[in-house]
Amino acid sequence: MCLAIPAQIVEIIDENSAKVALGSVTKEVTVTLIEEPQVGEYILIHAGFALNRIDPEEAQKTLELFDSIDLTEHLGKLA
Amino acid sequence: MKYVSEFRDKDRFNKLLQQIEQEADPSRDYHFMEFCGGHTHAIFRYGIAQRLPKHVEMVHGPGCPVCVMPSGRIDQAIALAHDPRVILCSYGDMLRVPGSGRNSLLKAKGEGADVRMVYSVMDALAIAEQNPEREVVFFAIGFETTTPPTALAIKTAQQRELKNFSVLCNHLLTPPAIRHILESPEVRELGTVSIDGFLGPSHVSTIIGCQPYQYFVEEYQKPVVVTGFEPVDLLQGILMLIRQHNQGIFEVENQYRRGVTELGNVKAQMLMAECFEMRTRFNWRGLGDIPYSALRIRSEFAEFDAELRFSLEEPVSREHKACQCGAILRGVKKPKDCKIFGKACTPETPVGPCMVSSEGACSAYYHFGPIEVQVVEK
Amino acid sequence: MRRQAALDFKNGRVNLFHGSGGQAMEQLIDELFVKAFANEMLSAKNDQATFELPPGRVVMSTDSYVISPRKFPGGDIGSLAVHGTVNDVAMSGGRPLYLSAGFIIEEGFALSELREIVLSMAEAAKACGVAIVTGDTKVVERGKADGLFINTAGVGVIENPELSISAAGARPGDKILINGFLGDHGVAVMSQRPGFGFKSDLRSDSAALNSLVAAMTEVCPRIHCLRDATRGGVASVLHEIAIASGVGIELEESELPIREQVLAFCEFIGIDPLHIANEGKLVCFCPAEDADALLEVMRAQPQGTDAAIIGEVVDDSGRVTIRTEYGSTRMVHHLMGEPLPRIC
Repeated sequence: MCLAIPAQIVEIIDENSAKVALGSVTKEVTVTLIEEPQVGEYILIHAGFALNRIDPEEAQKTLELFDSIDLTEHLGKLA
Repeated sequence: MKYVSEFRDKDRFNKLLQQIEQEADPSRDYHFMEFCGGHTHAIFRYGIAQRLPKHVEMVHGPGCPVCVMPSGRIDQAIALAHDPRVILCSYGDMLRVPGSGRNSLLKAKGEGADVRMVYSVMDALAIAEQNPEREVVFFAIGFETTTPPTALAIKTAQQRELKNFSVLCNHLLTPPAIRHILESPEVRELGTVSIDGFLGPSHVSTIIGCQPYQYFVEEYQKPVVVTGFEPVDLLQGILMLIRQHNQGIFEVENQYRRGVTELGNVKAQMLMAECFEMRTRFNWRGLGDIPYSALRIRSEFAEFDAELRFSLEEPVSREHKACQCGAILRGVKKPKDCKIFGKACTPETPVGPCMVSSEGACSAYYHFGPIEVQVVEK
Repeated sequence: MRRQAALDFKNGRVNLFHGSGGQAMEQLIDELFVKAFANEMLSAKNDQATFELPPGRVVMSTDSYVISPRKFPGGDIGSLAVHGTVNDVAMSGGRPLYLSAGFIIEEGFALSELREIVLSMAEAAKACGVAIVTGDTKVVERGKADGLFINTAGVGVIENPELSISAAGARPGDKILINGFLGDHGVAVMSQRPGFGFKSDLRSDSAALNSLVAAMTEVCPRIHCLRDATRGGVASVLHEIAIASGVGIELEESELPIREQVLAFCEFIGIDPLHIANEGKLVCFCPAEDADALLEVMRAQPQGTDAAIIGEVVDDSGRVTIRTEYGSTRMVHHLMGEPLPRIC
């Protein structure tokens, strides 16, 4: 359920809407549900709405876990 | 595509798969339920079940709001759509779902009803503004992900003093449905079905946070790992469940930290609370009545409630007797155990919820497998 | 006889007289169609075209074009009506020569738009070397048609007697080729529809494929099947061939040429690029030993620069499957109706 996709804010149109880009495809979406959206941020888009922002640090941490050689030791830290 | 491609990386996928193979104890079986249809879709889309060790099994839960919408509710929308005053708007996946007598909104459209597909609820609002002489009804469906947008549309309609916009509210709640499955006798008392843990939905959780799952780990002693929808996310979530199961612990863990926080999106939650209240019960297709599992519009916004505006009565749903979706959704049966699977019930003529949407377990089996293929060992 | 004022292509509209066989219709034909399509057969103003065909088997095909919006990035209903029928004829290995064109026009349709569309047809026909030699115009009352429908029929000739191309011709071991990126047309058109509001630089791939096919059949007369992957996308064509030939098809996901914009659009609305319509793409089944040579020939053609080998015929199961990048295999499903955007 609930198809959503991370896209980057490229323009703030007004307090309720922003233009987001997924690659070179852009679309105007409603951003009322998130606090103070900023250009450059990645937000999760579902049915034309931003549900939440993507936390770049957490994304990086998750990726580092995948890439770390000793997966066993590090994965525990997610708990 | 940033935050997508990295989580579809095949090397990372294979590495996690190896790790799962190492850690899944061959002397035991693992049965994990993915509640969410998005996970089911990803599992079939990427063929993940084929790559998992044989003793790690994924059970497909009821987490698709389109599939579980009972026929009576769809009949209600179809009847409204046939009212010549009405423009009925809904999301694309809802249009094909059958009500009773294999009727659907798409068929109603063919018969002359003004049914329009929208991508966002705000588009329905725009249609209302452009057609002041018509009644625009938004057939609202979805879990907690899709609910805040509907709430915002209702509030916006109120601010703009729109007199011709209303919402036929059929929003559902995730936690009561999970509880219903865990309370079913097969799972709870008889032990005929073992569910050793849950993959928690990712996008629902961006709104509700991780906190609501705490109850499940305490009450039912099952681990829950909130997990993303990309293949690498899924494997990591499964690995985290395996580890909890191996250690005999049950905790709420969050694999999808980049999008989900402990408390979720509080602004969205407040908006939902402002516009909606619990229905005492709601009939789910395949699962039957589940108490406090759906939302209706609060009296403060009564003028936007299509049920009141059009004096609609509580709908009655009659489901096909041979349909085994209820048991399939609880993990008791598999699609192939159903007598009408692939015969009376196909994606062209779906009977039960699991065949209705491409997310449903039966539809996914019908389209994507199970096919016996030799998996190439890396 | 009093000479009428010339048609007002700036502000004028089509009315019922333009389809009723009288003077107004004659004027429309003279000032628009005959002028735009410019060939002797049409200028002779008979109700039919007469012509000699070169030796070979005659091919004939027809298709009707209804599309919303009528104009989209990379084409319009007019160029589409030419390319579509030219391609249907070409997929037999035949050389398309002549087209007919039938117009069903809704009363009130702007003459300016009609002219734009007819000129676009003329240009498309000229570019792919076919002549529009006979036609028909009907005007229906307002509300009885969605603006404009066009039907075209095409005639061509298969000059090489060695060719035997058919949907039932696929054989186990065949390689499957495509001449470029999937889904450009469907996404370019869908993005323009009300409610979607997606913006990108993507253009429809609408194009005539007759030159490409001529080059392909020249180097590889043993081609087993050719099909243009229009409505229902590549998935539908493969299912049709799998059933007609009684074969099982396996695609290699990593080999599918898909543009970044199409992928992004599909992510947003939850549909599979394999189900999206194309208007300038063909899939080709050929014996494995010819595949590399054929690929090279395709890539040398303007309509085949991004050609790829995307799969093969594996058995006689009648199934279409795809090998994912994750070492698993899944079914490719046969679409029912139009792909609808999903929220879940």
